[in-house]
Amino acid sequence: MAHFEKANSIEEWLDQRIGLRTLKRVMQTEYWIPKNINFLWAMGMVLAATFGILLVSGIFLLMYYVPDTKEAFDSVNYTIMTEVGYGWLWRHIHGVGASLVFLIIYIHMFTGIYYGSYKKGRELIWISGMLLFVLFSAEAFSGYMLPWGQMSYWAGMVITNLFSGGSLHADAFVEWIRGDYVPAQAFLGRFFMLHVLLMPLLIIGAIVFHFGTLRIPHVNNQDGEEFDYAEAAELYKAGKKKESKVIPFSPVFLSKDVFVMGVYFILFFFLVFYHFEFAMDPVNFDPANGLKTPAHIYPEWYFLWSYEILRPFSTNVGLIAFAIAQVIFFTLPFLDRSPNVAPANRRGVFHIWFWAMLVDMLVLTFMGKLPPQGIWSTIGLVAAITFFILWIALPIITKTEKKL
Amino acid sequence: MSNRRDFMGMALGGFTALGGIGALYAMKKTWDPLPSVKSAGFTTIDLKDAPENVLITEKWRGKPIFVLKQSKDMVAKMKEDDKKRLINIGDEHYAVCVGLCTHLGCIPGYRPETKDFLCACHGGMYDSSANVTKAPPPRGLDIPPFKIDGTKLVLGETGPEYEKMLADGTTLKV
Repeated sequence: MAHFEKANSIEEWLDQRIGLRTLKRVMQTEYWIPKNINFLWAMGMVLAATFGILLVSGIFLLMYYVPDTKEAFDSVNYTIMTEVGYGWLWRHIHGVGASLVFLIIYIHMFTGIYYGSYKKGRELIWISGMLLFVLFSAEAFSGYMLPWGQMSYWAGMVITNLFSGGSLHADAFVEWIRGDYVPAQAFLGRFFMLHVLLMPLLIIGAIVFHFGTLRIPHVNNQDGEEFDYAEAAELYKAGKKKESKVIPFSPVFLSKDVFVMGVYFILFFFLVFYHFEFAMDPVNFDPANGLKTPAHIYPEWYFLWSYEILRPFSTNVGLIAFAIAQVIFFTLPFLDRSPNVAPANRRGVFHIWFWAMLVDMLVLTFMGKLPPQGIWSTIGLVAAITFFILWIALPIITKTEKKL
Repeated sequence: MSNRRDFMGMALGGFTALGGIGALYAMKKTWDPLPSVKSAGFTTIDLKDAPENVLITEKWRGKPIFVLKQSKDMVAKMKEDDKKRLINIGDEHYAVCVGLCTHLGCIPGYRPETKDFLCACHGGMYDSSANVTKAPPPRGLDIPPFKIDGTKLVLGETGPEYEKMLADGTTLKV
């Protein structure tokens, strides 16, 4: 039996039993963040907060949602929206949150690309972040099935059909995923399970891992500067806060984060209360009908760029292009051959590459929403090909990059 | 000493792996379509009372199935390739196909006066044997697996007539 003294406060009592003070020091007051950063460094905590809001709103939706093909549509559009007190609030928060979480993920990703925050010891931060992107995509797709409207049904049909592998005609595999020949009860049941349990569990695990990968290499800074954290931390602890290059995660960095979150949540709740319709496709207010196809089937905005990479090609080429586009970002730390960790504007050709990639993905996104006709499909095709040319060019332009 | 620990380690690892494989197998089977879903994958249609030149829509595996009995003059005017698409029972001829446009899966409508199908989504057209006559659809409507049983048709089972259609490329596997 370990020896315990009488505690003089609750904090001390907890510290004796679970090492609360050590925990606080390691996780907060002596977890060092560089000073030389800007508001884009707050996106990680903005994402964590948005995930928290999705979790809470999801819990309340789960109380009344019925995962049954006959009742799901009414449980959302009738029970939750008209009967449950403030049910509409949870639904609109959940819908808007699902959309904005992707906006922030994309900002977070492109911040990392711009400042080279995926290199020299930070590879796992990038890879675990991409893993989170994939998990969030699966979470968003499985959640989109649940209202069981026309878009739910047909998106479910089209996306699961992708797994037939084009000319491979692996229909038995598609039927296995669905548990039926078409999306039906078995399909809704398993996607319900994925959305409310398995995917959130994996996401929480991946978030913990993502934070863990950050600990040793530390967060990047605006200049990609390498410095001695131990020395900077000593300066800070000695009271020389001005001379030190670091601040503690909590309360100093977190208070900056909270300010950015405050601005973000003004936008968030403006959308929730006044413009929630952007996250609610009108077609999905018709109940699922396997005998009637909507005229245009398109995904939510955050999947449009990869949808547009699928669309302009013939079935097999499109599928291969789509599959590559889904995983190509994982390889970024290895395709970037330059040793420089610096913002893109100091990296010559890479600066052009960065903006070309960003603009190309925006073009793909807009073209994905427009009907595939005439000039739009030509622009879409060019943008899709440009996407691959940029990835092929990346190792070459970074290999020849001048060392800073 | 180390040998004994190695043995314990390997025995534990072996049994754990065995249990893991068993669990994976059970999980895979749990995701399989249920027997009730599989058995609902067969639809029997009696063709005896089908009227000529009137489209009947049935449902098979959640998809619409078109049944169109052909009149004598419809068959007489038909090309040989199109005739191969028909299901013959005695002297009667029927077009039976999955009612989803092969372009993007919309449901075409039948026009009895012109004896053809028109897909409203992108203007694709099919003749009365449901073979394509106007793009964008890449091919005629697919024919579901069938087995002839007297005047009845069992959809979901594969009979020799269907196998022949598959073999000569009249239809793709649905």
